[in-house]
Amino acid sequence: MSKQKKSLLEWIDERFPLTATWKAHLSEYYAPKNFNFWYYFGSLALLVLVNQLLTGIFLTMNYKPDAGMAFASVEYIMRDVDFGWLIRYMHSTGASMFFVVVYLHMFRGMMYGSYRKPRELLWLIGMAIFFVLMSLAFTGYILPWGQMSYWGAQVIVSMFGAIPFIGDTLSNWILGDFMLSDAALNRFFAYHVVTLPVLIVVLVFVHIIALHEVGSNNPDGIEIKANKDPKTGIPVDGIPFHPYYTVKDIFGVIGFLIVFCGIIFFAPEMGGYFLEDNNFIPANTLQTPDHIAPVWYFTPYYSMLRAVTVNFLWIDAKLWGVILMAAAVVIFCFLPWLDRSPVKSIRYKGPYFKTALTLFVISFFVLGWLGTQAPTPLYTLLAQIFTVIYFAFFLLMPWYSKIDKTKPEPKNVTK
Amino acid sequence: MRTMKILLFIALLVPFAAHSGGSDLVLDKAPIDTSDHASLQRGAKSFVEYCLTCHGASFMRYNRHRDIGMNEDDIRSQLIHTGQKTGGLMESAMKKKEAEEWFGVVPPDLSVIARARGADWLYTYLRTFYRDSTTYSGWNNLTFDKVAMPHVLHQLQGQQVLKAEQKSGSTGSAMSNLEIAVPGLMTKAEYDSFVADLVNYMVYLGEPHAAHRKELGTMVILFLIGMLGLTYLLYKEYWRDIH
Repeated sequence: MSKQKKSLLEWIDERFPLTATWKAHLSEYYAPKNFNFWYYFGSLALLVLVNQLLTGIFLTMNYKPDAGMAFASVEYIMRDVDFGWLIRYMHSTGASMFFVVVYLHMFRGMMYGSYRKPRELLWLIGMAIFFVLMSLAFTGYILPWGQMSYWGAQVIVSMFGAIPFIGDTLSNWILGDFMLSDAALNRFFAYHVVTLPVLIVVLVFVHIIALHEVGSNNPDGIEIKANKDPKTGIPVDGIPFHPYYTVKDIFGVIGFLIVFCGIIFFAPEMGGYFLEDNNFIPANTLQTPDHIAPVWYFTPYYSMLRAVTVNFLWIDAKLWGVILMAAAVVIFCFLPWLDRSPVKSIRYKGPYFKTALTLFVISFFVLGWLGTQAPTPLYTLLAQIFTVIYFAFFLLMPWYSKIDKTKPEPKNVTK
Repeated sequence: MRTMKILLFIALLVPFAAHSGGSDLVLDKAPIDTSDHASLQRGAKSFVEYCLTCHGASFMRYNRHRDIGMNEDDIRSQLIHTGQKTGGLMESAMKKKEAEEWFGVVPPDLSVIARARGADWLYTYLRTFYRDSTTYSGWNNLTFDKVAMPHVLHQLQGQQVLKAEQKSGSTGSAMSNLEIAVPGLMTKAEYDSFVADLVNYMVYLGEPHAAHRKELGTMVILFLIGMLGLTYLLYKEYWRDIH
């Protein structure tokens, strides 16, 4: 029996690099042994992606992308489809949790300098995933065709209209109509269930290939490949991903699932943050809600969009808002070249970087909170101040990271 | 590092309160208990009698009321007044076009209204109608100014009017600004309890599977906690030789 099994494996290996792939990416992929709490979020992002793909398939079986039927079909899923409510909550909670784990995953990279040489391309591929994720979230949020779906999308689409000369034509082209309507719902559905999922899966695959080429960073920010056992050629501080990190990540997955299922089963709306109250009202093209707020994961950027209140040069305030908002997302791509510190990890960086990162995190949360609130003069002022802090973190980085007082990096990884 | 963990912790504690209010009105707390089947059944009967004539609950099927302890016969005799089958949807008796002619607006479907408005809002709204000669229907509402809906329940509650000395910007209950001018069939306490049942039912109606969801959730979480222990032991066992 085992001989037969072995020969089957040989038969496959002669035709497909099965054993070689297994070794290269799992059993003989050496990862640093000092991964901490922050290193769970990469594998968790993959878990949530699989959750979204699977639950998405079942939702697609019952959802109707038709402006007249979409809202009712979601309630049909919630009530008449067996365990439809569970599938739908898994998908809606998964959308928010995707952003939670991706934000934490990105933050991990910022703390430990994972974007630095030789991982610049890995970081850029990750950013591409982030852009696709945002598009997926936007196109998916329209589908229930509730008031917030409709008016939130209206705000986003109107941003394209702010672009000079081609704006109106461009937004008509995107919508397939002069206003947000059935035509747009249909095409956003196509993007959401075909184009973007395919894109994100390919990008995630490429992200992992790039990671395994350069090797994982670690909380000390030192290269484990620089210190190899002369006999075996294996990094001294490296351990095989499988079984060590597979068992560790399984533990992480269960921990995550406790939180995830806690939300699905006991607080699926998450107090109006994951499923907004107004989205339980069917889209009404004639009635603008008094307060439009995007879902929480877009609110930091929404705040920045609203923060610009003055026309400057020949560009009006609205367009500046759009430019600023786009810049706030794209600026992450430049991190590998903005950071001039001789060390990678926050453990060995000096007080300037630590202060800057702390201020950045605070500004991200404050902007996020402001984005959920109706604007008042005070809130707008706060949004302006924290937008400046947000950008200062990036734009001043070449300066403060260079003059910062760093500590020497160790030769081996530490606990 | 430490600061980061503290920041993360604070972020997780950000208050979860995104319910949109709109006005400064203080809403009364609705006494909701969706495990109280007697209350839900009373609410269901009132809902069918008073609401379903104009509003629909068209995502809900009549036979779903087995959830709240009614059998097919109960459903047929107590809830269905339109000759529909028990598997049918709870649709409004009124035609949309007629509704627009009578009220200027089609009454919204109530299937998920409790999820959109919140129980407290509904509980307050149904108790704050008052006589107002300036509106088309002769009614107005402190919770929803110039609402198109007339006070369907006035025979039960009686007719309220605004108190002479208005406490503008008052922080107390909206009800404290109203007084009964013409008494109805119910006392204030009876009417409050009637509305409580009705709102309780609408909360159930918004998410009929909620009880099942929480039941299943408890088992899932218990299972996962067990798994967390096991996977932790597995992880520690494998990692024993890593220093």
